[in-house]
Amino acid sequence: MSAGDPPPKEPPPEMYRQLAERMAGGTPQSQALGIQFISVTQGRGSMAVPWREDLVGDPDTQVIAGGVVTSLLDHTCGLAISSAAASSSGMFGTATLDLRIDYMRPARPRMGVTCEAHCYKLTRTIGFVRAEAWDEDRADPIATAQAAFALTGPRPA
Amino acid sequence: MSAADQLQGFLERTPYVRFLGFKAELDGDALVGVLPFSEHLVGNTFIPALHGGVIGAFLEMTALAQLFIVQPPGPRPKTIDVTIEYLKPGRAQTSYARAEVRKIGRRVANVHVDAWQDDPKQPFAALRGHFLLSTADR
Repeated sequence: MSAGDPPPKEPPPEMYRQLAERMAGGTPQSQALGIQFISVTQGRGSMAVPWREDLVGDPDTQVIAGGVVTSLLDHTCGLAISSAAASSSGMFGTATLDLRIDYMRPARPRMGVTCEAHCYKLTRTIGFVRAEAWDEDRADPIATAQAAFALTGPRPA
Repeated sequence: MSAADQLQGFLERTPYVRFLGFKAELDGDALVGVLPFSEHLVGNTFIPALHGGVIGAFLEMTALAQLFIVQPPGPRPKTIDVTIEYLKPGRAQTSYARAEVRKIGRRVANVHVDAWQDDPKQPFAALRGHFLLSTADR
């Protein structure tokens, strides 16, 4: 490492690292979609799905399917809530109660999707989350989501 | 070509439909969306249960397929917004869904969808959504 390099970032706490592994690669659906972990801090998470031919929802335009965006939004909301809950009381599972998605526009052809979710309120049993998904520019989202999740109790390690 | 044939043709050549394993069974204008269970659809390996996003995608696809049948020909409808309600976990078995087109306006349709596994009267998830029918930009 040369003197010009930025100082190494502090590794995330062990719990966050476990959470990231569990959420990005830890479920068959996230593996099948190729969901990539980007970041997690308390109450906030970010993940992405790179474009792939078998995830196309419109063969005429090669645009990634809305269903992929739905899964990514749901999954990233789960990461945000788990990270909010993890810091105070161990690891929790989450179950989606409802998920509202507004679609601003289709993604651009052959582009992947990135998502960030923010758990802005957590009670003992429920987490409330907002999320945004975009392809190129975060200021020009393709979809936004609002969701409520139930905490389902600590998971087995 | 009938609307049903057009729909089946579209489903067959759409990669993500094959990725999910979604099928549309038609009896006249009545459509049932079918999602056979597959390991890669699992979002929770402890139960195991279908991924919430997969359930949402399945419901939305059923709504769009039903609109395709009710509203041919013309451009494919686009989703404006959906609210997905999760009533209980989607188990590791085949899921079914039926859409009810509550209103079709000139540009916008309102659709409700219920999904079930064993008993249509006991849905495990539901969707309500608005879909854009016209070609005009939003």
